[in-house]
Amino acid sequence: MAVKTQEKVLVTGNVAAAEGAVRAGCRFYFGYPITPQNDVPEYMSARMPEVGGTFVQAESELAAISLVHGAAAAGARAMTSSSGPGLSLKQEGISYLAGSELPALILNVQRGGPGLGDVRCAQGDYFQATRGGGHGDYRLIVLAPHTVQETCDLAHEAFDLAETWRCPVLILSDQQLGQMMEPVRLPTMKDVPRVQDHPWALTGAAGGRERRIVKSFYWRPGELEGFNQRLRAKYETMENELPRWEEDAADDAEIILVAYGTSARITRDATRAARDAGIKAGLVRPITLWPFPAEPLVAAAKRGARFLVVEMSWGQMIEDVKLALYGHPAPLDLYWRAGGGVPTVHEVAEQIQRIARE
Amino acid sequence: MTQAAMKLGRPKALLDNRTHYCPGCGHGVVHRILAEIIDEWDIRDSCIGMAPVGCAVLAYQYLDIDMCEAAHGRTPEVAAGVKRARPDKLVFSYQGDGDLAAIGTNEIVHVANRGEPISVIFINNAVYGMTGGQMAPTTVPGQKTTTSPKGRSITGEGYPLRVCELLATLEQPAYIERCVIGTPNKIRRTKNAIKKSFRVQRDLKAFSLVEVLSPCPTYWRVPPTKAAEYIETYMEEIFPPGIIKDTTK
Repeated sequence: MAVKTQEKVLVTGNVAAAEGAVRAGCRFYFGYPITPQNDVPEYMSARMPEVGGTFVQAESELAAISLVHGAAAAGARAMTSSSGPGLSLKQEGISYLAGSELPALILNVQRGGPGLGDVRCAQGDYFQATRGGGHGDYRLIVLAPHTVQETCDLAHEAFDLAETWRCPVLILSDQQLGQMMEPVRLPTMKDVPRVQDHPWALTGAAGGRERRIVKSFYWRPGELEGFNQRLRAKYETMENELPRWEEDAADDAEIILVAYGTSARITRDATRAARDAGIKAGLVRPITLWPFPAEPLVAAAKRGARFLVVEMSWGQMIEDVKLALYGHPAPLDLYWRAGGGVPTVHEVAEQIQRIARE
Repeated sequence: MTQAAMKLGRPKALLDNRTHYCPGCGHGVVHRILAEIIDEWDIRDSCIGMAPVGCAVLAYQYLDIDMCEAAHGRTPEVAAGVKRARPDKLVFSYQGDGDLAAIGTNEIVHVANRGEPISVIFINNAVYGMTGGQMAPTTVPGQKTTTSPKGRSITGEGYPLRVCELLATLEQPAYIERCVIGTPNKIRRTKNAIKKSFRVQRDLKAFSLVEVLSPCPTYWRVPPTKAAEYIETYMEEIFPPGIIKDTTK
């Protein structure tokens, strides 16, 4: 594809994620067709051979994430992508990745649910993404881009985060963000070996070194509890160091809107329209959904701000807003559409005006 | 020390850990075979193994090589992921019949069909051992298990799945053989088959699988001394030992 040599290109969010990962040194992509993320495996099937990488269209989502599991265990930067129903299937492997503390990149281009749902825009996978999603206690680093450029940039950064924290990274995109085109300034190609000899990676026990075991199974009494305590301590450090967000006119805002992904684009326009109408509204857009950025919300609550959460689900992210505001009570509203419905700027602006009148 | 006694000593690649296997179980014998080959070929530095979910979940407790666990049934795909990342290593997937022939049927068929150059060691003891002796896809007709208390009936529960024959219909697998943990000769043949599987991977970069009919006296409810006879009487007719496919000649 033309993408590889140009510095600025017009691509979909899905292709931007794929090329961002390639430029981060990802040389292993394993996927399965599901709408609306099909241009990721399509792009990777052509792109991987160009960079000496490996592309496999697996027989199932389970197989795709298991191939990621194996390649990651061997020290590779490996990626898979899917959408809602496919992510449900991948949760098995994601739990193993988290339990084995393996780095990996997973892209979820959200569609409507539950069940087969539809292939239109939605954000109903928020809980699945931010609560671990599979069995057992664990978290993923969850990144939420809101533009095609940011999708590319976060994919480009994801493996560094995943390897630093030995924790899988999930990029939570959505149908509109994944399938629309925007100009992207491509990041540089990182100089990363095809496979890395991490101190934990399976390389063959050469030179008489101690064997390595990549596993999540702890069977002696107390062993698993100890592992869970260590894992929790790691997540606590991440909670302190990783939260990231962007503010738009939030400094003096009396009404703070909280939204991510496609919802954030719409909400930003609505808050600007409200400003034009003389209402002090602003946006806090979480970039990390886990760890969730509590700090800007607490600061606004202490200032006496009230909050409006806008999301394309019945109210999933609002639970994290409530947790963030625990101990700092503030009026909190939710505006949602789900099942393929996308809020309009006008709808959100009306909600802001309603709150301003109260 | 006599020559015979030396041969009976523990291979270096077999760690000096007390196994969790029941008396008469075949896993220990197959572990030893793997350890002997790793020693004889001096491949500790280039061999990577996959442990399954099932009785052999702790295989990495006993083999002194780099190893990875896998989710139940996904073992060959995790192995394929490792092999794709490190094609110069010798990668094997060690699986039981529940793992490979039930929950992982899809994975084994597609890994074999893609011709992933890995070696699969498939332990068939006709029962789910780790979970307490439930019916497996390879449980023989009439065999009583904790979930087929009246004996496996063909009606509703189907015939035992012959994995080797199933995979032999595919184009890519280069070598498929069924062996037995029974008499010393049968055990020697098993070792030779696993060696050949490793050679197929190393030299031909092709997929191969060795099925091992392996004793589970505990859940067959027979004494360990009767296990070999049990395999001969009840299993070998349904799962005939021998080379099922070999394109290497």
